[in-house]
Amino acid sequence: MKKYSAFAIAKEALTYHKGWGRAWAKPAPKSHYDVIIVGAGGHGLATAYYLGRNFGITNVAIIEKGWLGGGNTGRNTTIIRSNYLQDPSAAIYEKARSLYETLSQDLNYNIMFSPRGVIMLAQTHHEVRGYKRTAHANALQGVTTEWIEPKRVKELVPIINLHGPRYPVLGGLWQARGGTARHDAVAWGYARACSDMGMDIIQQTEVTAVKRSGGKVTGVSTTQGDISCNKLGVVVAGHSGVLADMAGFRLPIESVPLQALVSEPIKPCMDVVVMANTVHGYMSQSDKGEMVIGGGTDSHNAYTQRGSFHHVEETVRALCETFPMISRLKMLRQWGGIVDVTGDRSPILSKTPVEGMFINCGWGTGGFKAIPGSGWGMAELIAKGHSPLTDQFGLDRFREGRFIDESVAAGVAH
Amino acid sequence: MLILTCPYCSVAADETELSAGGEAHVKRETVGADDAAFEQYLFQRENPKGIHFERWRHAAGCGKWFHAARCTNTLEVFGTYSAQTLEPPKNITDAISAARPGWTWRNFS
Repeated sequence: MKKYSAFAIAKEALTYHKGWGRAWAKPAPKSHYDVIIVGAGGHGLATAYYLGRNFGITNVAIIEKGWLGGGNTGRNTTIIRSNYLQDPSAAIYEKARSLYETLSQDLNYNIMFSPRGVIMLAQTHHEVRGYKRTAHANALQGVTTEWIEPKRVKELVPIINLHGPRYPVLGGLWQARGGTARHDAVAWGYARACSDMGMDIIQQTEVTAVKRSGGKVTGVSTTQGDISCNKLGVVVAGHSGVLADMAGFRLPIESVPLQALVSEPIKPCMDVVVMANTVHGYMSQSDKGEMVIGGGTDSHNAYTQRGSFHHVEETVRALCETFPMISRLKMLRQWGGIVDVTGDRSPILSKTPVEGMFINCGWGTGGFKAIPGSGWGMAELIAKGHSPLTDQFGLDRFREGRFIDESVAAGVAH
Repeated sequence: MLILTCPYCSVAADETELSAGGEAHVKRETVGADDAAFEQYLFQRENPKGIHFERWRHAAGCGKWFHAARCTNTLEVFGTYSAQTLEPPKNITDAISAARPGWTWRNFS
């Protein structure tokens, strides 16, 4: 792997930039690996990366049905924040956010982390109380957030309408070191680093069966043949239920489409991320000038990657109320991603009923922000069998009633 | 937009007129059931990529609960039927078999 630097650009210029080489290799699968990760999205690649970096496990394959970063990693609205109410959530999301701060340097790949600040608007008195409680909880957790009054909201977001037709802005929860990052670059940066450690990223290869013997995982069948492994990590988001079915167990998960849309590019007008959970929409401006807009999930299960049309209308209505100046913007694209939602709206990073098989899923509507922390914890879980980051996120919490309930904590709009 | 025909009032209703009630034919556990049974009832879901049976309520219409058979991958609807049943009726399973020979969902086929 060539190190990326200003000096390297100058040096490569001498040979007309023909000497860069591929960012990651395109290997044929071997017959055996120590660890196989299914799913080369952000979470899967980060898991593989930290397996190598933190535990020296590099005989690893990452198997991907489509192309790397082609699922929800390339379909989200790139928001990074860690202002969650419950302690286990704050721990893993803050770990992720702090890793994002130096991820470009760690990976030698510019992921364009932009800690521009995130505001979650409070538009009902109930929400005011909720966010003040979250701000106090965050202070105890060591996560820097603060409650801000409407005047400060207006200073941060001049285009906002504080006196909306339905809900006034009563204040907000402000996380100054939250922000955005380039989502594709996160996947590409991890992929390049994994490939450099000698890991095999095998794209366009679908896992068709999980092979077991005596209750223990022995490998997988794929469209490129059988591959054996000592340990298997399944990190496939919306398709987790399909993989669990192959291994003979069920998950407390339902898969639904979550929609997003993006406008034509306009001049810079908003340099923070704004989330409006009561009217239900959130928005930030990309470096290209497009307004990146997140919407709602469908109420019923689907795997279609589009989502119901009336949710677009609801989201756009909410944002036109909140930001009247965007009312005549044209939308360039609309799309959906399949999100895997659990009963308590918190993820599952866990051992499974099959020995040697681990699962990382259930990130629901908020997985992108967690990628580095999720990979860090999942790698430790696979390598050592437990991790302080993931111990609370086990599958058994549903049976035992130990929920990490972010659905009532209004961490995000659901 | 998803359109389901309410089997009670026969109105073809847009999804904005309906509210989704989750997976159908879930066995409701009660006093005396063990933790595993309650986990199954409250949380474990089929979540298939394909044929799925769901509960819906004609919320902005006649208000009745009913069942629907749908494909979560293509959004095809195979029919709706009464909520007062423990399993899908034969005309529904026949309609699915015509489109998806060999389908299964839990112990139905």
